[in-house]
Amino acid sequence: MATAFPSGRSSLEIKLADTAEAVAAGADEIDMVIDRGAFLAGRYGEVFDQIAAVKEACRRPDGTAASLKVILETGELVTYDNVRRASWLSILAGGDFIKTSTGKVQPAATLPVTLLMLEVVRDWHLLTGQRIGVKPAGGIRASKDAIRYLVTVAETVGEEWLVPHLFRFGASSLLNDVLLQRQKMTTGHYSGPDYVTID
Amino acid sequence: MSFLEYAPAPESRAILNLRDRYGLFIDGEFVDGRGTPFQTISPATEERIAEIANANEADVADAVAAARRAYDRTWSRMSGRDRGKYLFRIARLVQERARELAVAESLDNGKPIKESRDVDVPLVAAWFFYYAGWADKLDHAGLGANPRSLGVAAQVIPWNFPLLMLAWKIAPALAAGNTVVLKPAETTPLTALIFAEILQQADLPPGVVNIITGAGDTGAALVSAEGVDKVAFTGSTAVGRAIAKEIAGTDKKATLELGGKAANIVFDDAPIDQAIEGIVNGIFFNQGHVCCAGSRLLVQENIHDEVVERLKLRLSTLRLGDPLDKNTDIGAINSKEQLERIRELSDIGVAEGADRWSAPCVIPENGFWYAPTIFTNVQTSSRIAREEIFGPVLSVLTFRTPAEAIAKANNTPYGLSAGIWTDKGSRILAVADQLRAGVIWANTFNRFDPSSPFGGYKESGYGREGGRHGLAAYLSPAPIGQSALSRPASRAAVESADAAAAPKSRRAVRSSTRTAKTATKGSKR
Repeated sequence: MATAFPSGRSSLEIKLADTAEAVAAGADEIDMVIDRGAFLAGRYGEVFDQIAAVKEACRRPDGTAASLKVILETGELVTYDNVRRASWLSILAGGDFIKTSTGKVQPAATLPVTLLMLEVVRDWHLLTGQRIGVKPAGGIRASKDAIRYLVTVAETVGEEWLVPHLFRFGASSLLNDVLLQRQKMTTGHYSGPDYVTID
Repeated sequence: MSFLEYAPAPESRAILNLRDRYGLFIDGEFVDGRGTPFQTISPATEERIAEIANANEADVADAVAAARRAYDRTWSRMSGRDRGKYLFRIARLVQERARELAVAESLDNGKPIKESRDVDVPLVAAWFFYYAGWADKLDHAGLGANPRSLGVAAQVIPWNFPLLMLAWKIAPALAAGNTVVLKPAETTPLTALIFAEILQQADLPPGVVNIITGAGDTGAALVSAEGVDKVAFTGSTAVGRAIAKEIAGTDKKATLELGGKAANIVFDDAPIDQAIEGIVNGIFFNQGHVCCAGSRLLVQENIHDEVVERLKLRLSTLRLGDPLDKNTDIGAINSKEQLERIRELSDIGVAEGADRWSAPCVIPENGFWYAPTIFTNVQTSSRIAREEIFGPVLSVLTFRTPAEAIAKANNTPYGLSAGIWTDKGSRILAVADQLRAGVIWANTFNRFDPSSPFGGYKESGYGREGGRHGLAAYLSPAPIGQSALSRPASRAAVESADAAAAPKSRRAVRSSTRTAKTATKGSKR
């Protein structure tokens, strides 16, 4: 997590230094947050430039680069139009992955917002052939919810997106439910949440 | 196995309790027909479902006579409030037997169960509920106080929405105080006959609704039968014309809901993903067997390629097959004749120079099927752009300016419906204002509601169904001198007359409401 997570409210110098330090320390992926203040005020150019600058800071001396994940914080963007615009902005500025939320703001990921981001990713792929990742984060707790998301991914962008470097859940509590469900499939009955980790 | 391979999920047919033979429903009873019976089959498998009686002219005369008796003795004398009670009861019974009706409809018609279950049958109940509410409020139907029912209504309905068209016809007719002889289409009589059982269950007085089955000649006999006061028809423009000729010079009133060739106009600022869903819903809903289907796609030229490309991608995901499967998007074509007509017109499209593209789907061996098809490079003069195909076939045309879109949309002998897709509200209103179509959908398509009138311009027919306007088709204004002033006396007479006719279980409720009304006498009705 870099770039003044989770608020995104600090100077560009600090955000870039934050990113450079993480990359130097060996990070393979950088999660950045967009500056919602600038976005909601209509200063889209500023948001774009910041993402592009962070993308630049992701480069390593050997020519490779850490993958850049752009967090939109859709709960603060509120409208679908904003989410769509922010998704396009992030991808055009060089984001490799777009992510709904930091997890610090409610509402976090929702199915409609994720569908919309997937549509942008699909449209980008149709235009350029490039595959951008999507990560809904926060609020997905049950395996059944997760299945709804997986079906949405497969129906919107296709099954080739169902791999970790193109689609990922940010949902730590989901793991416990998956473990509970697997246990049930093995033993035929449910055990309680006391039997899985609370970490 | 791929992640999205859907396992078969057929709806069970166990809920059906079909008879092997169905008679004509006349005067509250099923009776044998005097014509040669015919079989109704499932268009998805061509298997026989049941034997259906065939009404000849004598049967038609019996049905009309029964409707006349019921009109004179019971229904026209009953208060609106009591007619409403029967309609409410029918609506509730439709809801109770919704799954059975949906399965029967999909079996007999070939439409996907998700459409019959989620669209047709809920709308049928909604139509009866809506007009049940009107039955005692006819003074507000727009025809002045104390409007009169017409008498016996002869109703002939098509096979594309068998039960829904029945509801569109019967609900307003009964609410307005008319009695009915209805003929369902010969390929889809099943749900109308189950509906006849519902009428028995609802204890509707005998003869108020009569359902006779048969082919075109039965319909012709019904329309021309003596004693019929009103003809209501939904179907092809050719038959509509014949009916109009047949009843010309008589005092029979008519409403005709005929064909259509709706323009679905997509502007370049439209939300494309939604528009694609709307286009699909507009023309591939119910296999395109929809008179108001959006069969002409008018797309702004600068987004034509993108829209067509996305449409093809979307159509490739549609699942064609068993109508009773809950995952099916495209069901069977209703009959062999219709399938041949669709094929013939499509071939004409190719011969006239248009480019045909069909979705790559597996066609089942038995039954009647047609893959979703789109034509590009279509000329406005081409037959596939002018004639109603009544199948899953979309003709794509382009335009550059709103004025061109409007001119092309109106360049049709029909005028039933139209669609507009744009992000701009002012454009919706400006364009809608200039379209010559009875129903215009904005950023949606094929949406129906009982409170909204439906009907067409030009060769799409005349009269409106649905809403307050739909009542006007079954009422006439009170004769001069018999308006509101004479009402209290006639109402008292009506109430004593219908006390005998009212269902027993309702009588307690009725008498208590009557007491309540007496108490408020003197105040305005």
